[in-house]
Amino acid sequence: MMTEGIPLEYFLIVSTLMFFIGIFGFLTRKNLITMLMSIELILNSVNINFVAFNSYLYPHQMQGQFYSLIIIAVAAAEAAVAIAIIINIYRNFRSIETDKVDEMKY
Amino acid sequence: MTNYSYTLFIPLIPLAMFLLIGLTGHKFKPIVSGYAGTLGLTVAAFLSYITAIRYFFIEGAVDGTYPMIKAVSTVWLRFTDTLHIDLGVLIDPISVMMLVVITTVSLMVHLYSLGYMKGERGFARFYAFLSLFSFSMLGLVLATNIFQMYIFWELVGVSSFLLIGFYYEKPSAVAASKKAFIVTRFADLGFLIGILMLSFTTDTFDFKTLTSLDGPIITSTAGASFMGLSVITWSLIFIFIGGAGKSAMFPLHIWLPDAMEGPTPVSALIHAATMVVAGVYLVARLFPAYAIAAPDALHVVGYVGGFTSLFAAVIAITQIDIKRVLAFSTMSQIGYMMMSLGVSGYGDHEGLGYMASMFHLFTHAMFKALLFLGAGAIIHAVHSNNMTDMGGLRKYMPITHITFLIACLTIAGIPPLSGFWSKDEILAAALHHNPILFGIGFGVAGLTAFYMFRLYYNIFWGTDRHYHHTPHEAPAIMTFPLLFLAVASVFSGFLPFSHMVTSDGKPFEAHTDMLVAIPSVVIALIGITFATIMYKKPSTIPDRLAGSIKGLYKASLNKFWFDEIYLFVTKRVIFAYISRPIAWFDRHVVDATMNLVGWTVTTASNKIKGLQSGQLQQYAMVFVSSVVILVLLFVYLISK
Repeated sequence: MMTEGIPLEYFLIVSTLMFFIGIFGFLTRKNLITMLMSIELILNSVNINFVAFNSYLYPHQMQGQFYSLIIIAVAAAEAAVAIAIIINIYRNFRSIETDKVDEMKY
Repeated sequence: MTNYSYTLFIPLIPLAMFLLIGLTGHKFKPIVSGYAGTLGLTVAAFLSYITAIRYFFIEGAVDGTYPMIKAVSTVWLRFTDTLHIDLGVLIDPISVMMLVVITTVSLMVHLYSLGYMKGERGFARFYAFLSLFSFSMLGLVLATNIFQMYIFWELVGVSSFLLIGFYYEKPSAVAASKKAFIVTRFADLGFLIGILMLSFTTDTFDFKTLTSLDGPIITSTAGASFMGLSVITWSLIFIFIGGAGKSAMFPLHIWLPDAMEGPTPVSALIHAATMVVAGVYLVARLFPAYAIAAPDALHVVGYVGGFTSLFAAVIAITQIDIKRVLAFSTMSQIGYMMMSLGVSGYGDHEGLGYMASMFHLFTHAMFKALLFLGAGAIIHAVHSNNMTDMGGLRKYMPITHITFLIACLTIAGIPPLSGFWSKDEILAAALHHNPILFGIGFGVAGLTAFYMFRLYYNIFWGTDRHYHHTPHEAPAIMTFPLLFLAVASVFSGFLPFSHMVTSDGKPFEAHTDMLVAIPSVVIALIGITFATIMYKKPSTIPDRLAGSIKGLYKASLNKFWFDEIYLFVTKRVIFAYISRPIAWFDRHVVDATMNLVGWTVTTASNKIKGLQSGQLQQYAMVFVSSVVILVLLFVYLISK
């Protein structure tokens, strides 16, 4: 196995870092594209977790890998929808900064 | 047995006309609505006459008895096998007689109004309401069961309300219509209670079962009693309260004089000839029950009727408004009919009072409608209701004068006019059964003659007043109904009523009792003579007489202060001590609770609405921190 010699914790540390970088970006960036990228980071950190746990804990099963494949597919679809929405927001507001897009409030 | 199912169309044609005029009347010229309503009623009247001729003369009595036929009947609401509300048409002597009365008077009023209401605003509306009233009244008399009657009873009440308030810009008309509706509605509460008690005891609503001699009401020996009277007696007394309200019997009479605010043809139709006799009809409809199962209730009917007839006659003497004189005269005559029912027994010659009551109902409808329509023609000519504004009109309005005189002679009971025959039968029945009521009836006959001729002389004789323009005779469309009704008033007395409408359906031979007839004619003549002396030429006798019995005169002029008493009771007692506390409770407790709930929600939402800022990052922050908190919480819980 390729992962031989590398402990599971390393993978988990990388994925945790990615996860919180994504959260941080999501909460601090106002640009919608950057926020979308942050979401991708979060999703990919989850993918790493799935794959890592799968190969360390249940090497003879494939569920974790398939889940990460599903997540990749969903992420692609989500990116397509999100970009379409962002384009429409841009057309309406001439901006994709989230603090300018605040019509939906009391 | 003949097929009478076509009688269903008698009420349905006016209903169709009401819908037609009400929905499409505004699209045509107003007069078209008038013609449509009149045409519909002509057809209904024609059908009624055919029914009457077939029922009384072609078919005649079967085995010596006029049968009670259910021409149409469908179950509308079924409670139990025996207790169900039907809708249908009942044909029997009194309903056929009422069909003739209602359609005749209504047709005459329709014709008359073509002239009287000409050019009025709401002409189409007037005819729509007239048709609605005709439908309701016909449905009422044709009801097969007491609940159907109640339904139409209320419909009649509402059409009366609409027509009294026809001039809705006039505050007095609005007040009068409201008063009429509330007073009769209050009485109808008694009617409803009576119906419920009666149907609970007898387990039926059906008139045929209720009045049959082997039916539950007569054979039942109801055990329960209250204050010494059986449940049936009480329920019939309650039903009579409903009838008393509609028929303006004392003490529920206060609405009728005010109802004169309506157009005069309406007064002629509703408040003289048809609706106000609904109470009499109701008692007559249940008469076997009253006479056999509850004689005590029948005594109540008789005494209330007798008292009202005297009471109203005394008030009628001093009134100035000619329509009000006629209104009180109507009350008095209906009191007569009630009294006559009260002194009647059941079956054969014992039922003379019943026959006399129905007879008087018939003749009274004709001559009282005539009086009202004549009064309408007079008001039309001089533009005033007050007899102080009238005088000497006989020269200007000859046809009205002659017909009015005929009606006055009829109501006074001068032979051979119809009023004499019916009044004579009533007095004969009263003499036979109850001397006190006979005494009242006899006195009222004199008073009636006096106040009617006071009215007549004040309008048609005396001195000319200053009229805005010379009074002129009404147009032919208005004088024709007057002439027709005058002919009916003269000749309807010769109808052989005792062969047609009797308490048990069996014809009997009624003969004029000279012992009653001669004194009643004499007292009528005395009344007329007094009126002639006092009012034919201007004289000071009335004023001096009024001065000498000042108390009584003032009491009569103010209608014995009954309006004031009712106002005092309602405003000072009921409103102040019942309604106002309830209103306070409603406003300060019930409403306050609801307001508190509303206020709490509004305030709370105002406080937290800032959370919904529209800032995406803020939402994400809340979301992420909540997740973090939840995760920490779960970890803590699991590790414990």
